[in-house]
Amino acid sequence: MATEQPTATAAGDQTRIHNIGYRSYDGPRLGRAYARRSLYSQSLRGAYGLGRSAKSKVLPMLLFVVMCLPAGIMVAVAVATKANELPLDYTRYAIVLQAVISLYVAAQAPQSVSRDLRFKTVPLYFSRPIETSDYVRAKYAALASALFILTAAPLLVLYVGALLAELDFADQTEGFAQGLVSVALLSLLFAGLGLVVASVTPRRGFGIAAVIAVLTITYGAVSTLQAIADVQDSSGAVVWIGLFSPITLIDGVQSAFLGATSAFPGGTGPSNAEGVVYVLVTLGLIAGAYGLLMRRYKKVGL
Amino acid sequence: MGVTVIATESLSKRFPRVTALDRLSVDIGPGVTGLVGANGAGKSTLIKILLGLSPATEGRAEVLGLDVATKGADIRERVGYMPEHDCLPPDVSATEFVVHMARMSGLPPTAARERTADTLRHVGLYEERYRPIGGYSTGMKQRVKLAQALVHDPQLVFLDEPTNGLDPVGRDEMLGLIRRVHTDFGISVLVTSHLLGELERTCDHVVVIDGGKLLRSSSTTDFTQTTTTLAIEVTDTDDHPDGTRAVRDALHARGVTVEDGSGLPGAGHVLLLTAAGEETYDLVRDVIADLGLGLVRMEQRRHHISEVFKDGDAARKEAVGHGN
Repeated sequence: MATEQPTATAAGDQTRIHNIGYRSYDGPRLGRAYARRSLYSQSLRGAYGLGRSAKSKVLPMLLFVVMCLPAGIMVAVAVATKANELPLDYTRYAIVLQAVISLYVAAQAPQSVSRDLRFKTVPLYFSRPIETSDYVRAKYAALASALFILTAAPLLVLYVGALLAELDFADQTEGFAQGLVSVALLSLLFAGLGLVVASVTPRRGFGIAAVIAVLTITYGAVSTLQAIADVQDSSGAVVWIGLFSPITLIDGVQSAFLGATSAFPGGTGPSNAEGVVYVLVTLGLIAGAYGLLMRRYKKVGL
Repeated sequence: MGVTVIATESLSKRFPRVTALDRLSVDIGPGVTGLVGANGAGKSTLIKILLGLSPATEGRAEVLGLDVATKGADIRERVGYMPEHDCLPPDVSATEFVVHMARMSGLPPTAARERTADTLRHVGLYEERYRPIGGYSTGMKQRVKLAQALVHDPQLVFLDEPTNGLDPVGRDEMLGLIRRVHTDFGISVLVTSHLLGELERTCDHVVVIDGGKLLRSSSTTDFTQTTTTLAIEVTDTDDHPDGTRAVRDALHARGVTVEDGSGLPGAGHVLLLTAAGEETYDLVRDVIADLGLGLVRMEQRRHHISEVFKDGDAARKEAVGHGN
């Protein structure tokens, strides 16, 4: 507070003379792109509870630790046993820990958008130099980045550990890169779905429940149907059913193009041609989520 | 006034079912301007259009010389907005919230923090600014809402019903603060209210709209001072048992129109006449002295803005009725 000038008086410490004159602001105004970046960084920090109450740091930090812990253990085991490969592929890691990721999305997507709706802060944003698209992009990018941090950090732990264990550098780097592409796609997809669901309700509780439902019920239904199809020996159906839940979509994309082993029953993922459909559906969902968010916020306006 | 801050030219906004603004043309200069109208008169619609957030159906508007249809973002960088409804998250402190909003207006981080501290102090929030907003009184929340509208030092602020929900003391404090926004901070103000009375004390200029149409736009001095009305009251004497009537007749004889002060305290004993200038005062004094009556009082009456509209229809009268 540059205008509060403590003056030396006999009374000493408590006494201050406040210069209460108004000062106008002649400094720079950094405009729309800066405002969008500010909203992005505030939302990204908020996704880990930074700049918010201690209570809201607990869950995201806990989930982050839970995400990284298995990677740490695997690395320790690999180093100790001098194994010649990691117990789990980079691309499989997020699939195995999908419950943790879903929980994180369910908790943080409503935190990011439902609060602004509930407390009607959205009109204040739009009374500033930003447009609807800036708000949507900042929020989308922030949650996707938060998810990428959550999913890429354990891969980094695995990679560093693998190098310490002196595993083959080329092999590990390729796997790590494939893993990063996969979790980047997963982050975009999950963030989009989570935000679309959360942006419909100003109630945070409903938002959490709805996001969990969308992510886990679809997975439950799809894997059940896939198991039935597999028992009936129709492996073609297994692949097409996989298109209908977010996590099996990612699984399909990475087993077709990123050298991953498929988690589908029977262990056969989509072929390259089928994989193209997987990629298109994934990108379509990401674009669709963005479009729906734009539509939603065009309406909310002031 | 010279400069025009807001100018609209047959501005219309039609929704499928209602016409919110109907060929509104108005020029607003610097200073504090009141925008008065009943709920649903089109006040909030006008603000949305002026912020460049909602396209007009026809007509055009400029804010600070910028066209609202094409320069919305530039306008919003130079203008502040305080919404009518609650808009504050309860779990952050006023400081954190206002800093964030300053950055959303384009202020660099350091400037955002300095301006926040300054602005919160100017609106009268001190130590409590570090506590979560959830625990604030309505008056304090209104101050935070005002602070976020002023933090980027705009040239103009739109204040939508800033006195809503405040008790009489809080209302007076808020009106005083709004006055200072112009006099001390040099920021022009457009303040809406459905209460004409409270704007009379605060505004330099009042625009009245009803059903999306312009009812009247003039300065508050026009409203209240174009004609000075004198109220006079006299005693009765034995020569003139009805002194009031005697004065009225005498003034009539000199060509001065006099009305009964019906509806005023002491009705029947009070006469109202229009003072054309100094000579009217002399005339009244002379007439009363000639009649040998005692002058109980002679005072200037200031019109209330609401009286300006009193010959309107009942619904309108209700719409712009005197507040407080």
